[in-house]
Amino acid sequence: MLIALGRRLLSMLVTLFGVAVIIFLVLRMLPGNALTASLGVSTGLLSHAQLVALDHYYGVGQPVLSQFGSWLGSVLTGNLGVSLSSRTSVASLVGSALPVTLELAIGSMVIGVLIGVLFGVFGALRPGRVVDNLGQGVAVVGLGVPSFIIGTGLVTFLASTFHYFPSSQGFASLFRDPWLNLQQIFFPALTLGLGVAAALLRTTRAAMLEVIGLNYARTARGKGLARRQVVWKHLFLGALVPVLTMSGIQLGYLLGGTVVVEQIFVLPGLGRLLVTAINNRDFPVVQSVTLIFASGFVVVNMLTDVAYTLIDPRTRS
Amino acid sequence: MADALLELRGVRIGMRERRRQREIVRGVDLAVAVGEKLGIVGESGSGKTLTALSVLGLLPSPPLRLLAGRITYDGRLLNELDDKALAAVRGAEIAMVYQDPMTSLNPLLRIRTQITETLRAHGADRAEAAERTRQVLGQVGLADPERVERAFPHELSGGMLQRVMIAMALAGSPRVLIADEPTTALDVTIQQQILELVEDLQVRTGMAVVWVTHDLGVVARLVDRVAVMYAGRVVEEAATADLFARPSHPYTAALLGSLPQTSTGHRDRLTQIGGTPPDPTRLAAGCPFRWRCPYAFDRCTEEEPPLLERGSSRAACWKEPAAWAR
Repeated sequence: MLIALGRRLLSMLVTLFGVAVIIFLVLRMLPGNALTASLGVSTGLLSHAQLVALDHYYGVGQPVLSQFGSWLGSVLTGNLGVSLSSRTSVASLVGSALPVTLELAIGSMVIGVLIGVLFGVFGALRPGRVVDNLGQGVAVVGLGVPSFIIGTGLVTFLASTFHYFPSSQGFASLFRDPWLNLQQIFFPALTLGLGVAAALLRTTRAAMLEVIGLNYARTARGKGLARRQVVWKHLFLGALVPVLTMSGIQLGYLLGGTVVVEQIFVLPGLGRLLVTAINNRDFPVVQSVTLIFASGFVVVNMLTDVAYTLIDPRTRS
Repeated sequence: MADALLELRGVRIGMRERRRQREIVRGVDLAVAVGEKLGIVGESGSGKTLTALSVLGLLPSPPLRLLAGRITYDGRLLNELDDKALAAVRGAEIAMVYQDPMTSLNPLLRIRTQITETLRAHGADRAEAAERTRQVLGQVGLADPERVERAFPHELSGGMLQRVMIAMALAGSPRVLIADEPTTALDVTIQQQILELVEDLQVRTGMAVVWVTHDLGVVARLVDRVAVMYAGRVVEEAATADLFARPSHPYTAALLGSLPQTSTGHRDRLTQIGGTPPDPTRLAAGCPFRWRCPYAFDRCTEEEPPLLERGSSRAACWKEPAAWAR
């Protein structure tokens, strides 16, 4: 058990290293460098001596391997570098954006899991009946309508009909003004949560239908357990592995895929930070944020793997 | 039978399609008295398993369901009980052991959990349930009950799992045990052990046993009375000794004839019944056995025989055994 966990941790580290290499190389392949990125067209006005000095400062022209080595070294020591456009440390930019994205991702997951699992479970218990059809409807909307349409729809509807636009007062952090913060997070979380719900609903329903037909489901009913126990302790537990897999994938997406929704609801999260950084050719920020997204995905994947072994004794050995 | 503990009357099982219904079990009457051992014998597809499952409302539904009939247990009409009242009967008054022990236990829960939850559902407190679990696991002859208790199903063999299933059924001290071909998935040697185990437990607890099987050999030593099913109906019902000595239905006679005898040499061919059993949902009029029956005559194609008194037995055949002639 411990050895397996150690092996997973190790493979996670290898994956992350690979991710770091790819991110680094892709960004080096883009035209332009740190200099042109921070100064733009005015680079052309610099004297040769100034250029050489700045090249030296930014490490431009050094061998790629040594650039990578020094970047990785500083990342590992917690130094993410300095933003080229805002001149503040990337760590502090990320530090203020990460909690927003995390809150949004968790909020969306809560909404998505609640809707998806409940409709999935109760729909599968009575396929083709009211609850099931309602759930299927939610799933079609959630999968079919992209989040930017649901998001903009929600914003315009709330703003024009109810003059309700919580983001107008600027973003409030959860600790400073929890009530305003929750209002600001709820609608984007609902927008994203609908997509999560759709995916989870279908997975849950399919997995439940499979388990319902198994012999041990009949045994559970046949020994006189209350319906609630049959449904949750036996059927849902049996359906849990695919549901967890899907939840992991969705959470992974949410940690990196909130770009559009953060833009629509004016939330200062990682997604917005990334978009702005890409537009400004702000390499250090792009590198760091992408690396964080990738790490999120990898960590979530590892956690789902660990969860499998906790649920299914047959995978322990 | 007036003193029946469990009684099935006119049980019909099948699916209801738009206009018509397709029946797989076509009107079964059975009764089990307190402490009695009843065997239900038939080929695959004869409806014996569905009949057994219908008692506790465990039919795979949809699509199958009880179309008609009454299932009475101890004065209560089981097929009209609500979920809660039925749950109180399941496992506590009537318990089942199933065909395939390897898939009939939840692979994700420990054996202990699966037995104690049965007891807890019927009102035992935690300590009582743990105590009783240990007790029944010991009773079914498992070599190392403490290890089995902590094990997950995949860590045990088929024979051990079937003992666990029997322990689980026994835990609630049921008055009726319905065993649906509990030995078919097991090796012959293990089959024998399981038969002996149930026989022994029946004697000790005095519970009634309904033993569903396709194996007449099993029935011979284990039960008091046998009901033979064919194409969704009971075609003969008799005390075990009578059935073996004087079969009253040609199908029973053919089944008995196909049993290997101790006198059968190892190169001798075993007798078999020609043809295949019909699909009970697509029966023509008349006796469903007539195509395979050496004694069939005109009337058999016209009219399906009801269960008729034939001496001490009842058989669904127009001809008296005395009138059978080649």
